[in-house]
Amino acid sequence: MGQQFRTSSSGQIDRGRILSFTFDGKPYQGYEGDTLASALLANGVRLVGRSFKYHRPRGIQTAGSEEPNAIVELRTGPRKEPNTRATTIELFDGLVANSQNRWPSLSFDIMSINNLFSPLLSAGFYYKTFMWPPSFWTNVYEHVIRRAAGLGKASTEPDPDFYEQCHEHCDVLVVGAGPAGLSAALAAARAEARVILVDEHPRLGGSLNDENYSINGKAGSEWVDEIHAQLEEMDNVRVFTRTTLFGYYDHNVVAAIEKVSDHMPVPHQGHPRQRMWTFYPGRVVIATGATERPLVFGNNDMPGVMLASAARAYVNRYGVKPGRRAVIATNNNDAYRTAIDLHHAGINITAVVDSRIQPDAALVEELESLSIRLLTGSTVGSAEGHQQVSYVQIVTTQGDTLDPERIDCDLVACSGGWNPNVHLHSQSGAKPVYDDSILSFVPGKSRQSEVSVGAANGSFSLQDCLAQGVSAGTQAARQTGFKSRKMAVARADNEGDYAIEALWISPTPYNKNYKQFVDQQNDVKASDVVLASQEGFDSVELLKRYTTQGMATDQGKTSNVNALALLACQRGEPLPEVGITTFRPPYVPVAMGVFAGHTVGYDFMPVRRTAIHDWNTKQGAVFIEAGLWLRARYYPQQPGDTMNDCYIRETEATRNNVAIVDVTSLGKIDIQGPDAAEFLNRLYINNWLKLPVGKVRYGAMLREDGMVFDDGTTSRLEENHFFMTTTTANAASVLAHMEQYHQIEWPELDVVFCSVTEQWTGIAVAGPNSRKLLEQVIDIDISNEAFPFMSVGECMMNNIPARLFRISFSGELAYEINVPADYGEQAWLELLEADEELEVSVYGTEALGTMRIEKGHVAGSELDGRTTAQDLGLEGMANRAKHFIGKHNSERPLLVGEGRLQVVGLKSLEPERNLRIGAHLVDPSVKLETVSQSQGHVTATTYSPQLGCGIALGLLRDGASRHGEQIEAVFPLDDETLKVEVCHPVFIDPEGELVRA
Amino acid sequence: MLRIDCPWCGVRNEDEFSYGGDATVERPTDYASQDDWYHYVYTRQNPAGPHREYWHHVNGCRAWLVVERDTVTHEIFSTAPASPNLPDPDGRTR
Amino acid sequence: MHYSGFSLLKQALTGNRGWTRAWRNLEPRKRYDVVIIGGGGHGLATAYYLAKLHGITDVAVVEKGYIGGGNTGRNTTIVRSNYMLNPNAQFYEHSMKLWEGLSQDLNYNVMFSQRGVLNLIHNDAQRDAFARRGNALRLNGIDAVMHDLDGVRKLMPHLDFSKNTRFPVQGGLAQPRGGTARHDAVAWGYARAADRLGVEIFQKCEVTGIKRKGDQVISVETTRGPIEAGQVGVAVAGNSSRLFDMVGMKLPIESHVLQAFVTEGIKPLVNTVCTFGAGHFYISQSDKGGLVFGGDIDGWNTYAQRGNLPTFNHVVAGGVTMMPCLARLRVLRQWGGVMDMSMDGTPIIGKTPIDNLYLNGGWCYGGFKATPASGWVFAHTIANDKPHALNAEFTLERFREGNIIDEKGVGASPKSH
Repeated sequence: MGQQFRTSSSGQIDRGRILSFTFDGKPYQGYEGDTLASALLANGVRLVGRSFKYHRPRGIQTAGSEEPNAIVELRTGPRKEPNTRATTIELFDGLVANSQNRWPSLSFDIMSINNLFSPLLSAGFYYKTFMWPPSFWTNVYEHVIRRAAGLGKASTEPDPDFYEQCHEHCDVLVVGAGPAGLSAALAAARAEARVILVDEHPRLGGSLNDENYSINGKAGSEWVDEIHAQLEEMDNVRVFTRTTLFGYYDHNVVAAIEKVSDHMPVPHQGHPRQRMWTFYPGRVVIATGATERPLVFGNNDMPGVMLASAARAYVNRYGVKPGRRAVIATNNNDAYRTAIDLHHAGINITAVVDSRIQPDAALVEELESLSIRLLTGSTVGSAEGHQQVSYVQIVTTQGDTLDPERIDCDLVACSGGWNPNVHLHSQSGAKPVYDDSILSFVPGKSRQSEVSVGAANGSFSLQDCLAQGVSAGTQAARQTGFKSRKMAVARADNEGDYAIEALWISPTPYNKNYKQFVDQQNDVKASDVVLASQEGFDSVELLKRYTTQGMATDQGKTSNVNALALLACQRGEPLPEVGITTFRPPYVPVAMGVFAGHTVGYDFMPVRRTAIHDWNTKQGAVFIEAGLWLRARYYPQQPGDTMNDCYIRETEATRNNVAIVDVTSLGKIDIQGPDAAEFLNRLYINNWLKLPVGKVRYGAMLREDGMVFDDGTTSRLEENHFFMTTTTANAASVLAHMEQYHQIEWPELDVVFCSVTEQWTGIAVAGPNSRKLLEQVIDIDISNEAFPFMSVGECMMNNIPARLFRISFSGELAYEINVPADYGEQAWLELLEADEELEVSVYGTEALGTMRIEKGHVAGSELDGRTTAQDLGLEGMANRAKHFIGKHNSERPLLVGEGRLQVVGLKSLEPERNLRIGAHLVDPSVKLETVSQSQGHVTATTYSPQLGCGIALGLLRDGASRHGEQIEAVFPLDDETLKVEVCHPVFIDPEGELVRA
Repeated sequence: MLRIDCPWCGVRNEDEFSYGGDATVERPTDYASQDDWYHYVYTRQNPAGPHREYWHHVNGCRAWLVVERDTVTHEIFSTAPASPNLPDPDGRTR
Repeated sequence: MHYSGFSLLKQALTGNRGWTRAWRNLEPRKRYDVVIIGGGGHGLATAYYLAKLHGITDVAVVEKGYIGGGNTGRNTTIVRSNYMLNPNAQFYEHSMKLWEGLSQDLNYNVMFSQRGVLNLIHNDAQRDAFARRGNALRLNGIDAVMHDLDGVRKLMPHLDFSKNTRFPVQGGLAQPRGGTARHDAVAWGYARAADRLGVEIFQKCEVTGIKRKGDQVISVETTRGPIEAGQVGVAVAGNSSRLFDMVGMKLPIESHVLQAFVTEGIKPLVNTVCTFGAGHFYISQSDKGGLVFGGDIDGWNTYAQRGNLPTFNHVVAGGVTMMPCLARLRVLRQWGGVMDMSMDGTPIIGKTPIDNLYLNGGWCYGGFKATPASGWVFAHTIANDKPHALNAEFTLERFREGNIIDEKGVGASPKSH
């Protein structure tokens, strides 16, 4: 064994570095510089995959990222990558690859029986059958189809590698480092523009690596090395290899993927597998070259059939003979170079078959001099063989198909012409246009700051590529503000015309039915295009969608233009009338990890922690998420403590003694200025102008559509200085809302404000002994007379500057103390330790919730964006004589009439059973006209230690007038029903005596 | 990727900003009709083409901006402060 | 011709030469009783039900591009009826029932796959919200199942179930009857079925103007000539504002782009439709094998059918966070559709201030799954000149009156729905 298909000397491989790899478990060897595809060909492996639908044997068709057939599962375990193109995998030592979509083996695949039934499996066949019985689709037909479809198998384990995202600015971005791109980069760089040059290959040079060109009298690769060296010396140039520009987005922003580590078994320690680059160029020079298209003939998908350019690339770049006896089929001059290069590499060229009647005389002469047989006006009608080509049948293009000549060969190198790679141009928003001289699409009018050059611009002559590159690079530098310098254009030593003549499909031998593939990966045949057209799917978009042409992992790179041409033939219209579909990013498939970058897992969204967090953690607190915040939910005291045990204990400790809770997560906004009171007066539904200094007020604000937006307390610290609190959930949106109105609607108000949520730690001190506790640590008089309910004052808490608010969410005598965040934990500890006799304890959000429900305070679950002030029982606060945000729309007829969901209290009528959040409220004595009998739902529930039963808040239709009714809370998800009594939402201390004590 | 030229912060990526909708709608006076208030809150011209719109530099200087942008090509024609009363953006860094 | 396994066999034996056009290729006539503007799923379904259920067959559907080329062919193909609010729940459930017999009704396999829809739950607030929604569904006669962690594991075995993770999975709310359908087939199936009942479909026929006489529309101007109409139904979601600008009306709608993505095809990996609760991300796998996923709208007015990077990155980051094995799978295509984002997140289907002009739009994210019911109620509304009970609340007037149907509770902020 061992690389029997190597040439004697050619190629850019390092024959001194032998690499071992396996394919389908069998060991092989290749060289440094090989791709998996070239190494397989070197070892005589021709069959590498099975097709999508018919499971036909497939080989290696191209030498680049356009490969439709040679796709494999690369690597194993959690690093497995299905559908990887063998033609783009750089060989490394220890590489493991396996064929896919076959069973039990690649050479014997049971599903290839589909090939026999192909007339049944024509385009769109699945739309016409599998309809009966209806239940069979999901459970039987689809089940089978899904398992037959798909390609490779994904790993189900987490990816062990990581990905990075980087940004870079430049004046000129050059995409593609072939002759045009290198020239452009050098020209722009010499003008001192900041230049970025990207190329998807490990080595610069583009097509110059694949061809036997010479420039300025030197081998093309030598010229490439020279230019590369010059670029490397300039500090205004960055060169990215193994980097594919995949997306052209708005405002001239483009994105690329750099394959940092894919050419090694595993990434180096600390290195990403791949990196996403977002580039911000002043101007983009697109020098992405062109892609050859195959000829459409019978069995053109067979292993051994290859693009003519790919055959050259394997010989010239990789030192591999893709076959021993080759037929070259073409409709243009370009493929003659394949014949010549392959001949010089020692491959027997059994014939060049040219569909044109009169090929280029010089080329004819050259073939003659090499004794290569030339057949003109002919083409390959079919390839024949078992799992690989063993001979072809030649037909004349005039339609003489009854006497095909048989020519033995193991390689058919074919060229149907070249398509400029207009993908990025199209992604940028521009429309490619058809160019009849090359029978393909070329860039149209630019929509963003980009220009295409060289083969990407439809210019296939090397000299044109070099010249256009220099010119575009020079101009791009000038357009981005640099003084251009004249630069000589390199001289291409060998030139020739392209001279293509249309041959979109070959006649078949004996006019027999052959499978002539257009889209090889998706198994779309020429007959499918005909059928789609016949059935009315005769626009490019419908054709694509009906036949799936161009939708495979190769994105139709080799099939699009052929399909359009065949459709044009069907419609009897010129090709440009048929049009072209839009190219969408990414240009090549890109791993999801690249787009995700590092913002996954814990970095997907930040976690916000309060100053008390560490202490809470040490106490074994159980946390709950509140937006991004982590808040202590309850504090287990001993093993086996349930949440209920804890919150009941914490509630009782608060109601009977004193306890503290961390309320830092509430939004806090500092508001200052002569018009601060007026500003608040417009934001809130209630009055603010006459709030005295040193007082706190509860306020509610609406959205402009009249629904309640947020609530909280705001304090007047000084005449022109207020301090607002918001709900945890709305902290950011309230600030943005205030900025919007201040900057856009009321710029005349002299007020400034900013968020101070992070600057203050908030601790609520609640319970009948709260004053007693605070008196130990606070330096101001907080007696009921000096500091009544709804007071605010600045003070010192021991040695900590603090603000004290006499407000209560629990319904108890309570305070809230704010200290600078850095003192948060210290203040917390000092409160706990201030009075040993008092046995100050802590409570979490669960107990906080219990007490707020008992007190009937509305919160986030009632302020759900669909409730009005009236619905929430807050309408009494509103001053409708003044103007405030949302006033007008809150007065719309259906928002103030009957039938609204309004806040109520609910009591469980069944002992030992609590209400559940999300239960719906149903009145069995009433039959509604709607299907759903729901009259509302439960928003917040708890067991009330105070009342000794389960209580809840809820939103109930016309609830404010239904206190005393007995209805049901139903939870059909769990088949539960609970009898409840509707009551006033304030369960305890309705007069508010406790808070004023 | 929209690149928005904040008068204070220079050209920044769209993900620093939050969209604030049509800037041609005018908030009615406090004494305007219900109909005016309905249109202000709910109806939009929603043109295909040039569009004056608000953007909030929410992860930046927090200024509200008026941006003229084409809703088909996404080209931005101008960017200006929404408020006449914010500090002068002169001396901004670019 | 009738489609069946038998016809497929018969045609296969005769070289597939006998298949006829799925719908006719005609020239527009001078006048139709009803002109439907918009040859997407909604417009075609409307035409089909007008002909089938209301006996109105003198119907033209005019489409500016190719049929199904708008949002019908750009969505992530999810079908579900798990809406919380009654008007939505009843409407989408009617749609679900139509989906359940659609392939047979149309004689076209739309590949409606009831593989279930699973909404993941990551915290208590979500559990509470989903409990409310799930119970609302059951009370509306719609299937809903609350799964615990084990239940989720069975449906989606490859999620990140590790304990030490940013968003641990706690459970999920599932609608087992939800699933996916083949989006293009829906447009083609309705087109073919409508055509067989006499409806005439015109592609590359863009409406350039609407002619009025008083409170009546008399004709539509198109790139293929003027067409007189007794009644005109507009079903052009994404472009509703542009159409109504032709009659001088502003709508409670903004146009936004919603992106969608598909990976390379792989063997079955995701067997239900799953949504991530902590970031906006939803995923399913097409029958061809590609993982189809999406997230939030880009969040600013646009008519360009393409998306940008920040949303793309964020959506994928959510996906990889939810399901870490996705990282090595490759995205094959990124595209965008232009949504009619209405001011309360709910569609508008009904009459307009112009007597014989009807609006079907404001679909936000809900358009594809609504297709059958949308056409069904729109046909009813046009045929009877008054809405069906199922779309009685989806009026334009609701914004003025205050009957807001806001599933998310975010108010008049189209980018937030």
